[in-house]
Amino acid sequence: MVFERLNYSSTNMDRHLLSELERFLGKDAVLSRPEDLLLYEYDGSVEIARPQCIVFPRAAGDVVRIVGLANRYKTPIVGRGAGTGLSGGALAREGGIIVSFARMNQILEIDAENQRAVVQPGVVNSDLNAAAASAGLHFAPDPSSQKACTIGGNVSENAGGPHTLAYGVTTNHILGLEMVMPTGELVRIGGKAVDAPGYDLCGLFVGSEGTLALVTEITVRLTRLPEAVKTLLAIYDRVDGATETVVEITGRGITPAACEMLDGWTLRAVEAWVHAGFPLDSAAVLLIEVDGLREAVEQHAKEISEVCKTHGAREVRVARDAAERDLLWKGRKNAFGAVGRLSPTYYVQDGVIPRTKLPQTLKEIDRIGKENGFEIGNIFHAGDGNLHPIILFDARDPKQFERAVSTADAIIRFCIEMGGAITGEHGVGMEKDRLMPLLFTEADLALMRRVRDAFNPAGLLNPGKIFPTGKGCGEVRIRPMPQRGEGNSAPATGRDFA
Amino acid sequence: MPGAPPQTHEEAQREFAETLSGFTAGDNPEYADYSRCIHCGLCLNACPTYRLWHNEADSPRGRIRQMALIDQGRMELGEGFVTHIDRCMDCRACETACPSGVEYGKLVERARAQIEKNYKRPRASRAIRNFVYRRLLVAPKRIARMARIVRFYQRSGLETIARGSGLLRLMGLQQRAALLPRIDREFFYSRLGRTFPAQGERRARVAFFAGCVAQVTFTALNDATIRVLQANGCEVVVPAEQSCCGALAAHAGVRDVARGLARENMEIFLREPFDAIITNAAGCGSTLKEYTDLFADDAGAGGTQTVRERERSAGLAAEFVPKMKDVTEFLVELGLSAPLREMKLRVTYQDSCHLLHGQKIREAPRKLIRAVPGVEFAEMPLADQCCGSAGVYNVTETKTSMELLAEKMRHAASTKASVIVTANPGCILQLRAGAKLHATNQEVLHVVELLDRATVHNS
Ligand SMILES: Cc1cc2nc3c(=O)[nH]c(=O)nc-3n(C[C@H](O)[C@H](O)[C@H](O)COP(=O)(O)OP(=O)(O)OC[C@H]3O[C@@H](n4cnc5c(N)ncnc54)[C@H](O)[C@@H]3O)c2cc1C
Ligand code: SF4
Ligand code: SF4
Repeated sequence: MVFERLNYSSTNMDRHLLSELERFLGKDAVLSRPEDLLLYEYDGSVEIARPQCIVFPRAAGDVVRIVGLANRYKTPIVGRGAGTGLSGGALAREGGIIVSFARMNQILEIDAENQRAVVQPGVVNSDLNAAAASAGLHFAPDPSSQKACTIGGNVSENAGGPHTLAYGVTTNHILGLEMVMPTGELVRIGGKAVDAPGYDLCGLFVGSEGTLALVTEITVRLTRLPEAVKTLLAIYDRVDGATETVVEITGRGITPAACEMLDGWTLRAVEAWVHAGFPLDSAAVLLIEVDGLREAVEQHAKEISEVCKTHGAREVRVARDAAERDLLWKGRKNAFGAVGRLSPTYYVQDGVIPRTKLPQTLKEIDRIGKENGFEIGNIFHAGDGNLHPIILFDARDPKQFERAVSTADAIIRFCIEMGGAITGEHGVGMEKDRLMPLLFTEADLALMRRVRDAFNPAGLLNPGKIFPTGKGCGEVRIRPMPQRGEGNSAPATGRDFA
Repeated sequence: MPGAPPQTHEEAQREFAETLSGFTAGDNPEYADYSRCIHCGLCLNACPTYRLWHNEADSPRGRIRQMALIDQGRMELGEGFVTHIDRCMDCRACETACPSGVEYGKLVERARAQIEKNYKRPRASRAIRNFVYRRLLVAPKRIARMARIVRFYQRSGLETIARGSGLLRLMGLQQRAALLPRIDREFFYSRLGRTFPAQGERRARVAFFAGCVAQVTFTALNDATIRVLQANGCEVVVPAEQSCCGALAAHAGVRDVARGLARENMEIFLREPFDAIITNAAGCGSTLKEYTDLFADDAGAGGTQTVRERERSAGLAAEFVPKMKDVTEFLVELGLSAPLREMKLRVTYQDSCHLLHGQKIREAPRKLIRAVPGVEFAEMPLADQCCGSAGVYNVTETKTSMELLAEKMRHAASTKASVIVTANPGCILQLRAGAKLHATNQEVLHVVELLDRATVHNS
């Protein structure tokens, strides 16, 4: 955690603004005591920024009034779901009001016949899935954080997950949005139908990282649960075998529902926690899922396991039942956290490459790691080329700590060289704004700014995100972490991991 | 914002060294434990208090962060912290949800020990806590005396008068009164010191841990447990002089008392060799299995015990803990040998937090329920969420507890089961109160009570 002196001075929030907020929201829906603010200065990322107050609206009308007040008092506003974001999106970089949607968590309608649902933004992804399951439906985007993250957060980050490969990202599952614009109007875009008349604005707002509007209601598309599912675990003694398998499977025109890779190092961390039966001595595993109609699934599973074997898989296991399948997925979905057991100081990168470049990129990551003296674990959404290299370092050593960041940057630069991107799904937020110029020209960025300014002219909504703030590219903004006491066995955390 | 944060590691280290932790040494949340939290937030939706209020301060992540902030001198150990830690149910659902292996139970017990040491509660609250944790629970005689008074109140007609007159409602005690355990006609104390023979071939020799308050309110459950163990070939010894397990004290942060009780129990239960030590109370079990933590390196150092004492106790704990088994866990490991008769029942199961999250036991009770022929098992939605009982939580935070209970009873009712089975006396009381308050017409039983009814005892 970043060090700061004990600070109980005033929150600098305008007293009148606070009391107006309290008057219409009620006292228990406004937090402004210093110790409360300290608990909203973080999210799932490594960044820190403290707000001046937190409000909990219950309905769109509340949000309209909050935004109206913020405009009147010229105070920044930032939306927040569950705060699991990995790029600091939900942090008040320039202070101001955090609008927590956590209490707007009602599922308003599940229309099973037409395969859609209307939800408030604070509904938790897995709660929606549990509710839809009884009708044989699901909300397909399945970020690994799904048991905690909100649909509002998924919309804003355009979240993806292991099953993105076959089902697409969040934007493919959003039919309509009700939003409060930074200027205070309540608007609706899209609708219940798949192709609403007028401009298709949903695509613009989904993934806008909370910088264009506050979302107050979401109409989502629900997808039928597949008739059959098969989950395969292919075990390799060589990492190359795994990456080559991925290239070939997709090259053959088979689209698995998911295709995830864990390297041996990550695998061992995960196995220690879930006991899913991941072999501890292997170099890599692929977790491949096929779903759809029963016969097609059988056929594809057979074909895939042949491909795995040709590329040197020493064993291909098929999950026998739902319990085995869940166990395999549990291991995958909790992989980051499981790494946290090895060391609380690790840095997860999020990059994208064309999947044909996978073998090459993995070799390069390994090389970059060795060159800088790091062990790098790798978890991939291998099927769509979304990589999550994990760099373990010892934060007690400031040199190592800086090198970890430059190593991560080197990996990202390589991704871009390969024709990839700087983030697959975690968003730009305030973590990767400095990397944007690596990917976009000044003209590209100017166009995006114009879009933002069209909707968010005063810049009150979620300021300081996505666009580089003028600081030099590659600058290290991270502050070191102090440690109490001598002889403490745990390393101090580097980038705010406390 | 305060002055500019330090820019180099050395600067940060220096400034940090100058700050004072809000915790004092001994029984304190430790850096090595709280820094495991990578603030990913995956535990949020598993936490009953976060689900109710959606305030970060009442979430596991927020509570851990508050401990870190206090330890780093950025927040004071004051009323705000005490409120949020008091409201934690210690259900440990966050531990099950956490991929990073944060041992939240350990952290919160220590946070509470710090509150005990360094925070002055209002006088009345201090007096009650002192009486309950330092005098009542440690002395079976006092529990028995108190129980007789309550029994008199319940049986003499006074209770009926209090209810009928609306006096309880007037005093705001109506819901709490519903939670008051029915005091047994006959206490369990008379079984202490006895040995119950195995039926048929002896397959194991076990010691039975009887509990403290359970001895005056759950005599029938304890008897049923012994019967089921006997029927399955166990010789059951009930050592005399055993004490309360110390769970309530440990959860309340009164760790010196918990340590004292732990020492007594370990001495007594290790006097003879047993194959296992059995409890039917998940709450007790999870504390009994964590005796090692009470005597960890930093625990009570220099305060309530000498280093020699601590080391000796740590040694005993290392021997004691592996023998400690929940009755469901033990029966599944041993395998049921007694014949079971058919019972045409639809049954649902409510996970007891300290069995599921504390002891990580999920399948054993379900297997036992399914083992009864004729029983139709219906999983209830969110069975892994706390029912609101949480030790003494239903007494200290009644309103919250009742909200959780209402939701629980809705889910229980949705299963259309006629029996709700669970694995801990506290949960049984709470669920029975719930069945009554919400008129769900469901019977509430412990797993072994269901087994006892199904078992063909050949006596
Ligand atoms: C362990 C772990 C694994 C993860 N795995 C994945 C993964 O597989 N795939 C993936 O895509 N992401 C993943 N993430 C990142 C994160 O969970 C997702 O980005 C998620 O969608 C964030 O949801 P949230 O509710 O936590 O949003 P928050 O973090 O609270 O907010 C995220 C952004 O959305 C904005 N926002 C939230 N609600 C609203 C609203 N109602 N209106 C307007 N703006 C709003 C915020 O301002 C912020 O910019 C993971 C995170 C963790 C910690
Ligand atoms: S799940 Fe674990 S690591 Fe993540 S925030 Fe909760 S306690 Fe911390
Ligand atoms: S123990 Fe239960 S109530 Fe306490 S923080 Fe964990 S999940 Fe929440």
